[in-house]
Amino acid sequence: MSTYAPLLHPHESVETGDRTMVLNMGPQHPSTHGVLRLVLEIDGEIVVNIAPDIGYLHTGIEKTCEAKFYQQVVPLTDRIDYLCPMTNNLAYCLGVEKLLELELPPRAQWLRVLLNELTRIQSHLVWLGTHAMDLGALTIFLYCFREREEILRIFENVSGQRMMTSYFRVGGVSMEPPLDFWPRVRAFLKKMPEKIDEYQNLLTGNPIFINRLKNVGHLSAEDAIALGVTGPPLRASGVDWDLRRDMPYSSYEKFDFKVPISKECDVWARYIIRMEEMRESVKICLQALDGMPEGPIKANAPKVVLPDREKMKTQMESLIYHFKIVTEGFTVPAGEVYQAVESPRGEMGYYIVSDGTAKPFRVHMRNPSFATLQAMNKMCCGRLLADVVAVIGSIDIVLGEIDR
Amino acid sequence: MATPAANPAPESELVAVPEHFAVATLRGWNSDAILSVKTALGETTVTLAREKIREACDVLKHAGYNFLSDVTCLDMLPVEPRFHVIYHLLSMSRKERVRLKVPVNSTDAAVDSIIPVWPAANFYEREIFDLFGVRFGEHPNMRRIMMPEDWEGHPLRKDYPVEGYR
Repeated sequence: MSTYAPLLHPHESVETGDRTMVLNMGPQHPSTHGVLRLVLEIDGEIVVNIAPDIGYLHTGIEKTCEAKFYQQVVPLTDRIDYLCPMTNNLAYCLGVEKLLELELPPRAQWLRVLLNELTRIQSHLVWLGTHAMDLGALTIFLYCFREREEILRIFENVSGQRMMTSYFRVGGVSMEPPLDFWPRVRAFLKKMPEKIDEYQNLLTGNPIFINRLKNVGHLSAEDAIALGVTGPPLRASGVDWDLRRDMPYSSYEKFDFKVPISKECDVWARYIIRMEEMRESVKICLQALDGMPEGPIKANAPKVVLPDREKMKTQMESLIYHFKIVTEGFTVPAGEVYQAVESPRGEMGYYIVSDGTAKPFRVHMRNPSFATLQAMNKMCCGRLLADVVAVIGSIDIVLGEIDR
Repeated sequence: MATPAANPAPESELVAVPEHFAVATLRGWNSDAILSVKTALGETTVTLAREKIREACDVLKHAGYNFLSDVTCLDMLPVEPRFHVIYHLLSMSRKERVRLKVPVNSTDAAVDSIIPVWPAANFYEREIFDLFGVRFGEHPNMRRIMMPEDWEGHPLRKDYPVEGYR
């Protein structure tokens, strides 16, 4: 038990003995991906113990949610994991829709899948660029951000925002995508597989990169499950589990895709798995484009979903609903749901409790990075200090969602 | 919106719904520990006695609920028991979730830590201690995790103002 518990107390001087010393890494360290602080106990170059010290970005989002209407929470969810805003929107909206027992039209569900997978590619591109940059491969960062920029432009095209999209709303999506959205996405998806080949040409055969990644940060399947690790690190430990396939939501069961797994359990396996996931995401996006159903993009629930602008201007009833939703919000029947989706980092769950009013009683986010960070000790202890940087990169943490 | 069936079937014709596997397992282990079982919106919630939570988690873990998804807490102020500690378990083999709920009185806000069953509970329990002030017995490192060490109060409690104390 004690091996999992950080023994160090970050705010006190530590009894170091005569062999070990304490090294402070972060919160302002370029390879901690934000404001993570790690207190490392090292014996020469060997890490003996790690205590993550988090909370530097804590903004009390869960508390803020309790003071907002249900529809006002959507923009807050963007800011939790700022690399995958659509995934957060999706998990929250699905949760509230489950409480409301709303049935979504197929087009809204497929649009959500399409944008969710673009988000996954975008998030993995940031991971790849920064992970490789931490390890000294600076070029790849520019390549990745070149493609990411295109996805952000697509997001701006569809939602009006590059990063904090808030495009998914309770009961559907905010508006029909503009006409030039479809050819842009298709053009992007057409060239993306070549770009992934390009990244792999730069990295996969690179001996320096291989040496830094192979047999580093070993995490067995048992430890991964015991420590709550999800997403690519879990699949890299050989556990065949993906919520999109195993507990499908938003009509993911209609899509055909593979879930890459590996039994190598190291940083290299996590790299390979994310690269494969990007290819699978491209396939899902193409299926979504080809099979996109026609029809409405919002559920038929006038008391919950804002009416179209056109109707609001011309029909008295729509105007009343619009006024009521904007001023008083919509009430949600009392109940509680836990809705989990597969974010680029793992299981992102929203636990939403309603007391029957227009404001949530409690919104709790189960964030993948928060749990995965607990596995740092298992992955780094007994290994070289330089490997800590590779391991942090491989678990792809976002401090915004750890601290909330 | 779900519409209620026009003519609900008489009770004799209703097909018995098989009990949730986790509930059946817990009943087989110790039915006295179960305070109530509720199924709504396709999710099952089992309310358990506070003293039994660690054993119950252990029983469920060996019954196939191998993954601890989440631990969190609710503040039901002004109702007593004031706090509900919530555990979300996942069975990867059965593709099924179950929610455990433990009511805790504010006079003695403490629960047994489940770190011996799932080490993953470590950060979650620290978070609940930090934001709700519920203590976890035998937790090896019961310190604040989000807020600064010298912070006063527990921000997610309902009597803590949203803007903080100014």
